[in-house]
Amino acid sequence: MASHSESIIREPLITGTDITYAKITDDVLAPVENTPTKAWWIGFIISSIAASLWVFAVSWTFWFGIGEWGLNKTVGWAWDITGFVWWVGIGHAGTLISAVLLLFRQNWRNSINRSAEAMTIFAVICAATYIVAHMGRPWMAVYSLPLPNQYGSLWVNFNSPLIWDVFAISTYFSVSLVFWYTGLLPDIATIRDRAKGWRQKIYSTLSFGWTGSVKTWQRFETVSLILAGISTPLVLSVHTIVSMDFATSLEPGWHTTIFPPYFVAGAIFSGFAMVQTLLLVTRKVLGLENYITMFHIESMNKIIILTGSIVGVAYLTEFFIAWYSGVEYEQYAFINRATGPYWWAYWSMMSCNVISPQLFWVKKWRTSIPFSWVLSIVVNIGMWFERFVIIVTSLHRDYIPSSWAMFHPTWVEVSIFIGSIGVFFTLFLLFIRVLPSVAMAEVKLLLKSSSEQAKKKILTDGHQDAEQVQFYKESLEKFDSVEMADYQKV
Amino acid sequence: MSSTKFILGLFDDPDEMMNGIHKLQENSVPIYDVYTPMPIHGIDAKLGIKDSRLGYAAFMFGCTGGTVAFSMLYYMLVHDWPQNIGGKPHFAIPDFVPITFEWTVLFTAFGMVATFFYATHLFPGRTPRVMDLRATNDRFVIAIDAKGNIPHEDITNILKEAGAVEVKHNDRKYVSYE
Repeated sequence: MASHSESIIREPLITGTDITYAKITDDVLAPVENTPTKAWWIGFIISSIAASLWVFAVSWTFWFGIGEWGLNKTVGWAWDITGFVWWVGIGHAGTLISAVLLLFRQNWRNSINRSAEAMTIFAVICAATYIVAHMGRPWMAVYSLPLPNQYGSLWVNFNSPLIWDVFAISTYFSVSLVFWYTGLLPDIATIRDRAKGWRQKIYSTLSFGWTGSVKTWQRFETVSLILAGISTPLVLSVHTIVSMDFATSLEPGWHTTIFPPYFVAGAIFSGFAMVQTLLLVTRKVLGLENYITMFHIESMNKIIILTGSIVGVAYLTEFFIAWYSGVEYEQYAFINRATGPYWWAYWSMMSCNVISPQLFWVKKWRTSIPFSWVLSIVVNIGMWFERFVIIVTSLHRDYIPSSWAMFHPTWVEVSIFIGSIGVFFTLFLLFIRVLPSVAMAEVKLLLKSSSEQAKKKILTDGHQDAEQVQFYKESLEKFDSVEMADYQKV
Repeated sequence: MSSTKFILGLFDDPDEMMNGIHKLQENSVPIYDVYTPMPIHGIDAKLGIKDSRLGYAAFMFGCTGGTVAFSMLYYMLVHDWPQNIGGKPHFAIPDFVPITFEWTVLFTAFGMVATFFYATHLFPGRTPRVMDLRATNDRFVIAIDAKGNIPHEDITNILKEAGAVEVKHNDRKYVSYE
C-alpha cells in the first residue's frame, strides 16, 4: 500500500529531496531519451573491440578446430568449461535478486533487479556460447537434443548430467528472459508514451499495448509472484546440475557430494560481485545515486560476506573430507591442489574468495565505494580461479603418471575469454542505452513509504522516539547521496 | 448533447486517487477503469474485481510440463530403445527428476505468461489504448464513461473535491491512436 509508512529506524531506499514520480521517470529515462555520454561511448568502443576479438577467435576455432586450443589428452577441459561455469555462476545473482528477494519481500531489490536480471541474461548468453564453442563443430549441437533421427531413432542419454545441463541452461535462459521482459512492459510503455515519431512506433511494438489498467496490474503481480516462486528452485537446480557435470564423475577432486550447495553459494557470491562491479559504475555514470544508494551497496556486500563464508567453509570441508575418506587418490588430488605445480592458482583462489570478503566485516570498508568496487573484481578473479583449480588441477594429474601433463592456454583461448567479457559489456551497455536500467514502476512504489523525504517528513512532524531518531540519523551518515546538513535542525 | 466520451480524473497521489474512487462510489458513479503507473493494492478489491485465476492456470501448465517430460523420458529410455548401460535399470527414476523438474518450470512459466498476455490482450504490435499519456508516468487516472453518467459537472466536482489535479472531458476514448 502506497500510504503505508514504515518504522523510522529503517534506512531509506530512495534518497534526495524533491523526488516525485515524474522525477523518477526523468532520472531513469535520461540515458534512454538523450544522446549517449562520452563515458558510454568510450565503454562501448572498448567493449565492442573486445567483442570483435571474440568473433575472430571463435571463428578461428570453428575454422581450424579445437586443436588451436591448449588442450591435450590429459587436460580435456580447461578455459572453456572454466569460462562456462564462471558465466553461469555470474548469472545467478540476477535471479536471486529478482526472485528470491521478491519472495522475502526485500524492497531494496526494486531498484537493482532490472539491471541484475539483464546481467543474468547476458551472462547466460556468454556461458552458452562457450558450450557451443567447445564443441568445435557447432553444428553438432543439435545432437544434444532428443530429436527423431535416422539412427533408430537413437535418443540422447538422459542419464547423463551433461544432457540435464542442456535442459537446465535452456530453461533457465528462457524463463529468465520471460521474467525480465514481462517486468519491462510497464516501463517500455512509459518510454512509449513520452516518445515521438519512429521511437514511439518501436517502443509501442515492444510495449505489447500495455495500458496499466487495474486488471493488467493485478495479473502482472500474480505473474511476477509465481515466476519468482518457480525461478527460485530453478536457479538452485541450474547450478546444482552444473556441479553434477563434475560430481557424478569418478575423478578425484570432482567426485564429492558437497558440490551442489558449494557451487550454488559460489555462484551467488560471484554474481553479486559482478552486480557490484557493474552497478557502482552505472549509478555514477547514469546519475542514479538516489536510487541505488549506499544501503543497496552495503546490503550486497553483506551477501558477499555470507556467500563468501559459505564458499570458504566448503573449501575446508572438501579438504577435511578428502583426508577423512581415507581414499588416497582423493587425498593426493587435494594436496596437489595446494602444493603441486598449480599451487599459485589454488592460493589465488583461497586469498580472493576466502580472505578478501572477510574484509567486509569492517563497516568503513564495506561502505566505501572504491574499496567495494576493487574487492568485487578480486572476488570475480577468485571465482574464475576456483573453477580453473577444480577443472585443470584435478585433471592434470591422471591415474597414470605417464599421462601427467600441464595445461598452457593459447592466444585463441585467451582471446575467447577476453572477448566474452567484451560481448557481455557490449550487451549491457546497449541495454542501458535503450531500456530503463531501473524498474521505474517498482521504485515508484517505494516513494511514499521508504524514501528519505518521506522519513524526513515523519521526523519534522515529531512524535518519534528520540533514541530511534538518533539511530536513524547515524545510519544516514554512510550515504554518499544524503545531505547531512539538512538534519542539523530536525 | 455534449461530445464528451470519457471523463478522466487525474491524481498525482495514489491515496487521493483511492479517495476519489471512494467518493465516486459513494455517489454511485460507475468507474470504467483506473490507470496507474505502478500497481496500487486495494483498487481491485474496491472495484469488485475478482482475484486473478492465473495461479490455477500456472498449476495446470506445471502439471502438463511434468507429465510431458516424464512421459517423454519413459518413452525414449524405457519403451522405444532401452539401452544397456552397464547393466543398470532402464527405468531409473532418479535420473528422470532433473529434466522433469526443468520442464515443469518451463511449461509453467511460458504457459502462465502466454495466458496472461492472451487474457490481457497483450502482444507485440498491439495498438496501445491509452486514455492519458501520463498514466504511465506520474498520473493516477480514474476513467468514467460519460455516456449515461450525467450531469458531467457533478462528476467533475466530485473528482476535484477528492483531490484531482486535473479533470479532462475527452471527446475520444483513446488518445494514442494517431
